[in-house]
Amino acid sequence: MSIATTLLARDLSRNYGSFTAVHNINLELKRGEVLGLLGPNGAGKTTTMRMLTGNLAPSTGSIEVCGVDLLTKPQEAKTHLGFLPEIPPLYQDMTVDEFLLFTAKLHHIEKRDIQTKLNEVIQRCGLNDRRRNLISTLSKGFQQRVGLAQAIIHNPDVIILDEPTVGLDPNQIREIRKLIRELGNSNSVILSTHILSEVENICDRVQIIHKGGVVFDETLAALKQQGTNLEMIFTQLTQ
Amino acid sequence: MIVTISRKELKMLFASPLAWLLLTLMQLIPTWILLGRLDAFLEIQSQLLQIANPPGVTELIILPVFAMAGLVLLMVTPLLSMRLLAEERRNHTLTLLISAPISITDIVIGKFFGVMVFFLMIIALIVALCMSLLLGGNIDFGLIISNVIGLLLLTACFTALGLYISSLTVQPAVAAIITLGGLLGLWLIDLAADGGNQWLQSISLLRHFERFNQGLIDTFSLVYFILFTATFLILTIRRLDSERLHG
Repeated sequence: MSIATTLLARDLSRNYGSFTAVHNINLELKRGEVLGLLGPNGAGKTTTMRMLTGNLAPSTGSIEVCGVDLLTKPQEAKTHLGFLPEIPPLYQDMTVDEFLLFTAKLHHIEKRDIQTKLNEVIQRCGLNDRRRNLISTLSKGFQQRVGLAQAIIHNPDVIILDEPTVGLDPNQIREIRKLIRELGNSNSVILSTHILSEVENICDRVQIIHKGGVVFDETLAALKQQGTNLEMIFTQLTQ
Repeated sequence: MIVTISRKELKMLFASPLAWLLLTLMQLIPTWILLGRLDAFLEIQSQLLQIANPPGVTELIILPVFAMAGLVLLMVTPLLSMRLLAEERRNHTLTLLISAPISITDIVIGKFFGVMVFFLMIIALIVALCMSLLLGGNIDFGLIISNVIGLLLLTACFTALGLYISSLTVQPAVAAIITLGGLLGLWLIDLAADGGNQWLQSISLLRHFERFNQGLIDTFSLVYFILFTATFLILTIRRLDSERLHG
């Protein structure tokens, strides 16, 4: 695929009644890039991500995924998207295999490819020993991995992760971060978080969202060159 | 895509004991009625022979079985329909379906057909039960077909209403109670129409099902059932879509 820009959002706004949750946000994401969305609680990160994945219609603005307009051709655009919400969307009564098989079918993966893709994603997310377990019996960390597996099973161009490392232990956090970094090399990833070190570890670029608007947008490399501290910027801008 | 959703619904249904219990219940109650009616039939059989054009086994035994099945399915539907969307929302899995490259229409229709396949199984079992009477007599198949069509359309109405109400709330139990109330209201509304109030009679589900029960496939009833189902399916789709638009 030759399209360098995988996700393009222009002037996104979202109002709930008279309250403006997100105001004129612009996002651009290139292939092979990991973008970190930083912001205090209630800044509009989740609203933005829900809009980017078609779960919420923006009040104004446009979204293009791999050149396809999400608002006019939602089904085509969504084939390029993988989404892990804050609370992983899992059917507790299914086994890991059953669940991933279902999501593979939802994403129109061809029948003959399903088994290969399934094995691949299970390998990748370290779920090999848990394939036949009911999801309800899995620990939080494993449930998070199943959620992640669901988001990447169809090898989407844009992967959107809402606070992917919340509630995990340090080892699991390291593993998930490594996986996200890997994914970021071939696809593009947006992840929201309020852990600053996470951004410094795995992101190429960071945007800070505050009160519904982007207040800061810089590559990590540039930050490092200037020798500025992300924590200081964050505190300055959001207090 | 519709098939994928339907199969998932059925799988989830049969993964819980609920489906099996309901299948058992839906076999026990009609059997009970069938045996009771059979007893009564055998008692009056000799008197029936003296009538010029006596009603047969189908009229006297099978029709009451189907009439009762309609009423029991009314009670059963809320249990099946309550979780369809309310539980998806509660478990945050609706996001999974909405983020997938499928339309909301596919989701709603898929869920509807999932439940309808289950009802089809129940109805098939009831028909099989009635077929046991073939051992001792003749059955009017036309009447049975009319009843099966009636029951299918009736359960389609129940399911569509249940699905819509399930889309309005996060609590499955609340969805079940509202659905039951709504269905009972529509079922019994013709009691209020004693004075010959045509308008009320024509929206009573019971009144329309009675026609099919008597072997009368009336175009008005047919259209009423289909419109009823379509209306609530469309309302469900619109409801899910408006959630996306208005938050």
